[in-house]
Amino acid sequence: MEVTYREAMREAIREALQKDDRVFLMGEDVGRYGGCFAVSKGLLEEFGPERIRDTPLSEAAFVGAGIGAALGGMRPIVEIMTVNFSLLALDQIVNNAATYLHMSGGQFHVPLVIRMATGGGKQLAAQHSHSLEGWYAHIPGIKIVTPATIEDARGMLATALADPDPVLIFENSTLYNRKGQLAPEAGAVDIERARVHRAGRDVSLLTYGASLFKSLDAAAALAEEGIEAEVIDLRTLRPLDDETFIGSVTRTHRAVIVDEGWRSGSISAEISARLMEKAFYELDGPVERICSAEVPMPYASHLEQAALPNVERIVSTVRNVVRTHG
Amino acid sequence: MGEFRMPSLGADMEAGTLLLWKVQPGDRVKRGDIIAEVATDKGDIEIEVFEDGVVEQILVEPGSKVPVGTPLAVIRSDGEQVSVPAESAGPAAPQRALSEMGPPTELQPPPRPAADRRPRISPAARKLASDLGVDIDTVRGTGPGGAVQRADVERAAETKGALREVSERATDRTGMRRSIAAAMARSNREIPHYYLATSIDLSATLSWLETENEKRSIKERLLPAILMVKAVAKALGAVPELNGYWSEDRHQPQESIHIGFAVSLREGGLIAPAIHHADRKSLDELMEAMRGLIERTRAGRLRSSEMTDATITVTNLGDLGVEAVYGVINPPQLALVGFGKITDRPWAENGAVGVRPVVTATLAADHRATDGRQGAQFLEALKRHLQEPASL
Repeated sequence: MEVTYREAMREAIREALQKDDRVFLMGEDVGRYGGCFAVSKGLLEEFGPERIRDTPLSEAAFVGAGIGAALGGMRPIVEIMTVNFSLLALDQIVNNAATYLHMSGGQFHVPLVIRMATGGGKQLAAQHSHSLEGWYAHIPGIKIVTPATIEDARGMLATALADPDPVLIFENSTLYNRKGQLAPEAGAVDIERARVHRAGRDVSLLTYGASLFKSLDAAAALAEEGIEAEVIDLRTLRPLDDETFIGSVTRTHRAVIVDEGWRSGSISAEISARLMEKAFYELDGPVERICSAEVPMPYASHLEQAALPNVERIVSTVRNVVRTHG
Repeated sequence: MGEFRMPSLGADMEAGTLLLWKVQPGDRVKRGDIIAEVATDKGDIEIEVFEDGVVEQILVEPGSKVPVGTPLAVIRSDGEQVSVPAESAGPAAPQRALSEMGPPTELQPPPRPAADRRPRISPAARKLASDLGVDIDTVRGTGPGGAVQRADVERAAETKGALREVSERATDRTGMRRSIAAAMARSNREIPHYYLATSIDLSATLSWLETENEKRSIKERLLPAILMVKAVAKALGAVPELNGYWSEDRHQPQESIHIGFAVSLREGGLIAPAIHHADRKSLDELMEAMRGLIERTRAGRLRSSEMTDATITVTNLGDLGVEAVYGVINPPQLALVGFGKITDRPWAENGAVGVRPVVTATLAADHRATDGRQGAQFLEALKRHLQEPASL
């Protein structure tokens, strides 16, 4: 059955609400407006205002309320419009949600799920378009997942809700309209392992989120030149599945990381460091990174596109890596 | 005592021409003194000395072109006894001039390029070189900035392997021929051979094999030769007298069944390394063992146990179109089993003639150890096993 990413996510939320009375959705415009990306459209009518709760523009307050509800036995899904706005709730996320289990000596789990949109490409300008999931992946005590595929949009939420600790779901806003096939029986998926989407012997393309599809397109183009790129969707940025991407680089001996975040201090920097630490003797050349330009995301479409990783840049970088490195 | 050598005046410099000496034997020199001039592709360059001492000997005459690293003069450090190196006693012979001598390999090998820059070697290339036993310092890099990468090491390993094979084979071939000659002459001199042959209808076996192979990937497919090896091993279970040695003038049957499998080498000669415990191996294990053996035999990397442990030999010349093999026993073994080509032959059965794929199996056995009766029992058992492939 063909569905959009948005519909898959909505179905995941609906299923969670149906299956578990403790689950509720809370956030700005999630109710009457149907969600700023229309993910929760129709859910208010179906589940009522007790479980689909519109909040004031008060990220710190409603994330904090979510933490309290989670501590009180509920299973809240808190939606934040974009990752940029989540910075208003950073104190709640980093100082409270991420720390309670440790600070209570293991007594208080915070089974909270926070969903937010991330990424650029929709001309929403610098205050709505950044990719800060790599930042969050710095924080111990929370899990960071980045569903890229329809299956993961459909399946990651249930696993996140089942997790006794906070999970942050980053949904790249360019993916909501993406269509794909979804098996009628599709359900929960793991949030532990990276996934090899395309096998290849020449180079490993390590990526996540919307960059997965750019990487797959690049790999298809490269295949026509005889370069076989292995494409890996990291899926979860914290904890990283080292085994899968290191295994891949052990086979290909070359790595190119595609990360929509900024390069400095990014998740791509972390992956690169782990490759150096754990696969140094497998590397036949330096690890390359394709990241967003280190500027606030431009509004003008051509500048925005130039700032983001794109297929051409991936193709030329990989070509360079493979051709000049052996 | 120090040697004053032709210096490397740039990473790409291989040789230089000594233009003139500014010193003579007996002259005192100080570190930093300019004592010679050398012509390079980039122009004439003055060369300094790097130690204090006395010029003891001039080794290279002006006008000679020598590779980087060639000693040009001997400098005696202060306090050292006057001495003349034994090898250059008498008037110093001018160093052979490169221009007349051809490749610099004939001269002193150049030392590593000046260590002004650490060589660029990728970690993976370094590891691969160590795995393959390639000296990383000899590998020429073709990566960025001359970096050595995996592909460079692979190329170097191939070249090295090819060179070694060529040189080993050139010397080995005569040696191998000699040892085959000795063994075969001894065999025919000492072993009273008797020969038996039987024809075996393989139609059931081959169709079983076909079905079996359909289930397998191309890599895992079984060859008829594997069934033959296994059938021999099984038949030896029934007639153990044929498995083992005649040595110290007595029959010494062996319990373990190690089948020597004759592998002919492309450039002549033959080795029959042992497949250990062939009776206990599954067909797949045998296939794998045989593939490995053939590969290593041809690469010259057999283990000593494989060279000496065989208790019987199987030879298969079917691929060359031979109908039957009447072999010479490989002493001290007791027997040799030969297989010819599987051919379609008219075959009488139940009063009718049909066409069947048939192979002729032969036994050459040592009459000191066994008699024709045991030989016949063996061939009968072999036939039975070979016709019941599922039991192999």
